Amino acid sequence: MARQPRVGVLCSLIRPEEKMLFQAFRSRGIEFEKIDDRQLILDLKQDSCPFDVVLERCINHSRALHTLKYYNDRGVYTVNSYETANICGDKLLTSLALAKAKVPIPGNLVAYTEESAIEAIEQMGYPVVLKPAVGSWGRLLAKVNDRDSAEAILEHKKILGSYHHSIYYIQEYIETGGCDIRAFVVGGECIAAIYRNAEHWITNTHRGAKASNCEINSELKKTAEAAAEAVKGDVVAIDLFETKDGYLVNEVNYTMEFRNSVTTTGVDIPGLIVDQVIKAGSRG
Amino acid sequence: MSDPNQKIVAISPITGAKVELSADVEVGELIDDPETGEELEVVSIDPPELKPAPQEEEDWGE
Repeated sequence: MARQPRVGVLCSLIRPEEKMLFQAFRSRGIEFEKIDDRQLILDLKQDSCPFDVVLERCINHSRALHTLKYYNDRGVYTVNSYETANICGDKLLTSLALAKAKVPIPGNLVAYTEESAIEAIEQMGYPVVLKPAVGSWGRLLAKVNDRDSAEAILEHKKILGSYHHSIYYIQEYIETGGCDIRAFVVGGECIAAIYRNAEHWITNTHRGAKASNCEINSELKKTAEAAAEAVKGDVVAIDLFETKDGYLVNEVNYTMEFRNSVTTTGVDIPGLIVDQVIKAGSRG
Repeated sequence: MSDPNQKIVAISPITGAKVELSADVEVGELIDDPETGEELEVVSIDPPELKPAPQEEEDWGE
């Protein structure tokens, strides 16, 4: 009988997603150790770790990133890898990875000063979206409709923000009627997708967007799977815009939330994630 | 095996009222305070103890 992989789940606060994942491990008879990042002490001189595979479910990006690097350097397979977390945790690195892999994305410009950012915005044409390179849940996104608001937002970012906010990530505004798509890719396969509908232009479910099932057609599947491959993600959620010219990949999430998507799609997303973790941990 | 219908009772650190937790509650789990809607974290199960959930930080997300 094959030995069970030694599984760790790196987490802190237990959200509905983590609870569903724990239940999926238990229902498969797989033991796992919860690793609370708030209690974690990483000994950099320690060469080994007592895990074959670690599923990362941190709520803090910076803790996830550093801990994944620690585990990967010690030969522990992680879902996802440090490399994937590093790319997906930074919108600029994500866009670069997608562009390099020829995955369709909206227009993106990057500038480092207020002057060059204004020039880039006017080159792109209003409206544009200004995003912090690091951030989630739709925080601090700004739709910039004219030069007055561009100047005000850039000045606020420079004076009030950390240095991260002086990397101006400027994205073409895609009119979607308040609807985008989130596609879930596990083990290279697009397993489910939802529409996110909102009255606001930001369509994050944390901000009240409603989820409904999205049938996966061949183009959506191909685009989502190509995006996952571009960031080398084992378990990722791809946010896409549907346009008359096809799908555009907006962002890729590496610690995806799916509480609103299991019932909506009828797909056992936590079960498929756990199966992927067990498969990775059993590679020996 | 725990009875899924069995309830564990904790005290809300916000209102002082009793808060029922399900039998399969996890340490670290986020729950909503039934009166205020504020998020609480389960910090202990035996004895049951709740505290206000940490405030959202800049690098929180998915």
